[in-house]
Amino acid sequence: MSTLETLLQQLFNALSVGSLYAEAAIGLAMVFSILNLVNFAHGDILVLGVYTMIFGLAAGLAFWSAALLGILASALIGLFVERIAYRPLRGAPDVSLLLTSFAVTILIENGLILFVSASPRAFPLPPYLSGFVSLGNLRLPVIDLSVILGAFLLLLVLTVLVTRTSIGIAMRAAASDLTGALLCGIDINKVIAFAFGLGSAIAGVAGIGWAGRIGKIDPFMGLEPVLKGFVACIFGGFGSIPGAVLGAYILGGMEVLLTAFLPSEYSQYRNAFVFIILIIVLLVRPSGLLGKTDKEKL
Amino acid sequence: MNRRSLLSALFLLTIAALILLVVHLFAGAYWTRIAIVIGIYSLLAVSLGLSSGFTGVFSLGHTAFMALGAYTGALLTLPVQVKQSTMQQLPGFLATTQLHFLPATLLAGVLPALVALAVGPAILRLSGHFVSVATLGLLLITREILLNAESLTRGARTFTGVLPLTNLWWVFLWGAIAVYVSWRIKRSAIGREMFASREDPLAAQALGVSILRARLLAFVISAFFTGIAGCLYAHFILAFSARTFYLPVTFEVISMLVVGGMGSVSGAVLGAVILSGFKEAVRVLEPGFAIGPIRVPPIYGLAQIAMAFLFILFMMLRPKGLLGDREIGGLFWWDWFRRRSASLVERS
Amino acid sequence: MLSVESLNVYYGRIHALQNLSLSVSQGELVAVIGSNGAGKTTLLRSISGLLRPRSGDVLYQGRSIAGLPPHRVVELGISHCPEGRHLFAPLTVLENLMMGAFSRGTGEAYTRNLELVFTLFPVLKERKKQRAGTLSGGEQQMLAIGRALMADPALLMLDEPSLGLAPLVVARIFESLVTLRRAGKTILLVEQNARMALSVADRGYVIERGQVVLSGSGRELGTNPEITKAYLGGEG
Repeated sequence: MSTLETLLQQLFNALSVGSLYAEAAIGLAMVFSILNLVNFAHGDILVLGVYTMIFGLAAGLAFWSAALLGILASALIGLFVERIAYRPLRGAPDVSLLLTSFAVTILIENGLILFVSASPRAFPLPPYLSGFVSLGNLRLPVIDLSVILGAFLLLLVLTVLVTRTSIGIAMRAAASDLTGALLCGIDINKVIAFAFGLGSAIAGVAGIGWAGRIGKIDPFMGLEPVLKGFVACIFGGFGSIPGAVLGAYILGGMEVLLTAFLPSEYSQYRNAFVFIILIIVLLVRPSGLLGKTDKEKL
Repeated sequence: MNRRSLLSALFLLTIAALILLVVHLFAGAYWTRIAIVIGIYSLLAVSLGLSSGFTGVFSLGHTAFMALGAYTGALLTLPVQVKQSTMQQLPGFLATTQLHFLPATLLAGVLPALVALAVGPAILRLSGHFVSVATLGLLLITREILLNAESLTRGARTFTGVLPLTNLWWVFLWGAIAVYVSWRIKRSAIGREMFASREDPLAAQALGVSILRARLLAFVISAFFTGIAGCLYAHFILAFSARTFYLPVTFEVISMLVVGGMGSVSGAVLGAVILSGFKEAVRVLEPGFAIGPIRVPPIYGLAQIAMAFLFILFMMLRPKGLLGDREIGGLFWWDWFRRRSASLVERS
Repeated sequence: MLSVESLNVYYGRIHALQNLSLSVSQGELVAVIGSNGAGKTTLLRSISGLLRPRSGDVLYQGRSIAGLPPHRVVELGISHCPEGRHLFAPLTVLENLMMGAFSRGTGEAYTRNLELVFTLFPVLKERKKQRAGTLSGGEQQMLAIGRALMADPALLMLDEPSLGLAPLVVARIFESLVTLRRAGKTILLVEQNARMALSVADRGYVIERGQVVLSGSGRELGTNPEITKAYLGGEG
């Protein structure tokens, strides 16, 4: 393959991975922008969605119906967690919220181990999603294509939502100035619930793509999306949804670059490298590329 | 340090030593093991309290330091012959050295402390949640490195053959040192800076407190003791892998702090005692038990789930933990004792 | 219309409002003046629901509203234009105004109020697609007032609208307040700029350290020698 083709192939990979990270990051950014809470349980909400989908498939549903069910499950669980675990703690110090979200994660993971199983399960892709598309010398997995396309459509819908609908604009308003939003007569509980529900649903989509690419699921798979989503948010600037998306694609690109150019003994450590890059970015620009100014600049 | 606090510290230490002596002499292996576990967890909780409770920035990845300490300590105390047969790829000096427990433990603390010193300045600058998730990233990365560095750590395979060097007295020694250091820091100027920056970072900064310096100090010292705890743990369970030091342990230690009181050294110990006891009790129930005629089936992972519920409950009802920032010092018992005896004297 | 009765509000251990009582009748423009930290902002926040009083009550049209969540208070007809404006900087002028009308929907009231706001502050109409964060200080204040108006309030509360603005702009804003009053809005105005506030007010209250120390008609207060000395720079 020529250099151009290699480049294109890698670009394609990066877009695919970046799309998944973006979908994982959006929910985190939404919730953080309004509540200043890094919702740890975000990853496990994603996992529960995927597990629901598996059960749907096992129960005989078609792939897309099961997928829809999974996304719905994620949304509902996100709403549930918000209502039960976070709303009672509204106004509590940030530490409490963070730790509670951590506890929720543990609860969900152990619940899954208990009620399902700790061992990984296969995630079956329908045949039309499992193949490759050949473009010259490039081999583009169909699943990756779907992920990229899906993300694109999702971002489009999301943009329309936050610029054309009342509740979407209210979400941006609440993220910008909570007091101002309260005084406009915006029912903040509704807005937060909306952010959680929507963010969780999008995470559900990420989960399906994620599982589709790896081919299997397990109760602990939620940690990676949360962390990658978090890193994406930091790169792009926390609190900013466009920032989270941008950061996600940058992260994807970085990972692909590292995998491609690191000598093979080191490619296992690419997450470590990303982490180091993250540290450097934070030292130089603590508020990320597009972010709101960090609440606490030291 | 004035005489009163010195006396109270000595008082407490003596009591603790006496209790341990009793356990050592009269208790069976089971209770000794429990005591050691409680001791190690206390050390972990006190360290985490120093770094997270005092400063208000929660390190979710502290277990990384524990893992580093465990591997460092184990590698240093492993006899040379064992290394030659099971771990041929160790670099030069490691392969040919075997250290005594004490220097090994010290180094097991120093390595994590250096790592903390390296990443601290970048991470600790961030506000609350960012730090926490960043430290979690640290945990993940450490785990990944440990799992991949086969020549040093045997990768994903269990690291076995660790010498059983941990006993009640080592645990007590390091625990006492950690408690003392934490306590001194809490009462020092820099300790006050930490608490100030926890309550109101902006105000603290306005007053000239260097938040970064306070947090970094706490982070590094805490990493040191956490590493030591890891080393002690490794020489207690005798076989472990990178998987041993992951989320469940992290969660347990945090729970202890939440229950006992985040800003309190004695709270950390209290939390460790309570939750270790709780865990043991629930573990006994895990294989299933009977309430009257009803037989409850085995619920594995019950301990974790029960702790998570307890945790959330505490978060909602008593977020500051049982002790908050207060201490049950020797002074407390001393005063209680004096008051009791005074009232006894009055009555007679 | 609005009656604050023996309100006690605390910030932690600080007793910010002490048994404070005042009232506003329909159609009035009531000014509340006092030095910094006197409790004026606390007062408004307690009425609009951002703060919960420890004791005492706030009655609006006979109905107790103390402790209600802010969005309920807005629905009932009280709009609070806060100190510091709290605008949505990344949103456009129009989006900010839309948010103001969140509780009223997009029907007749919305259109009517938008007209009102654009008539009152034509510059907002010009800049309706501009991001709020890029407006000048005066324009931002106008937007804040406009946003509060979009909630179709019967009672409009303003906290220090003149803060940081040039005298010409301040005059412009106070003119608009008079216009609003003539149009039937009841206004509760908290101000540092005592002179301007008293010049447009029907009645006024002077608050110090969480308590009402003086009250009377706008003219009375404006010519009162103590007030003149304390708040009006020594000139009558």
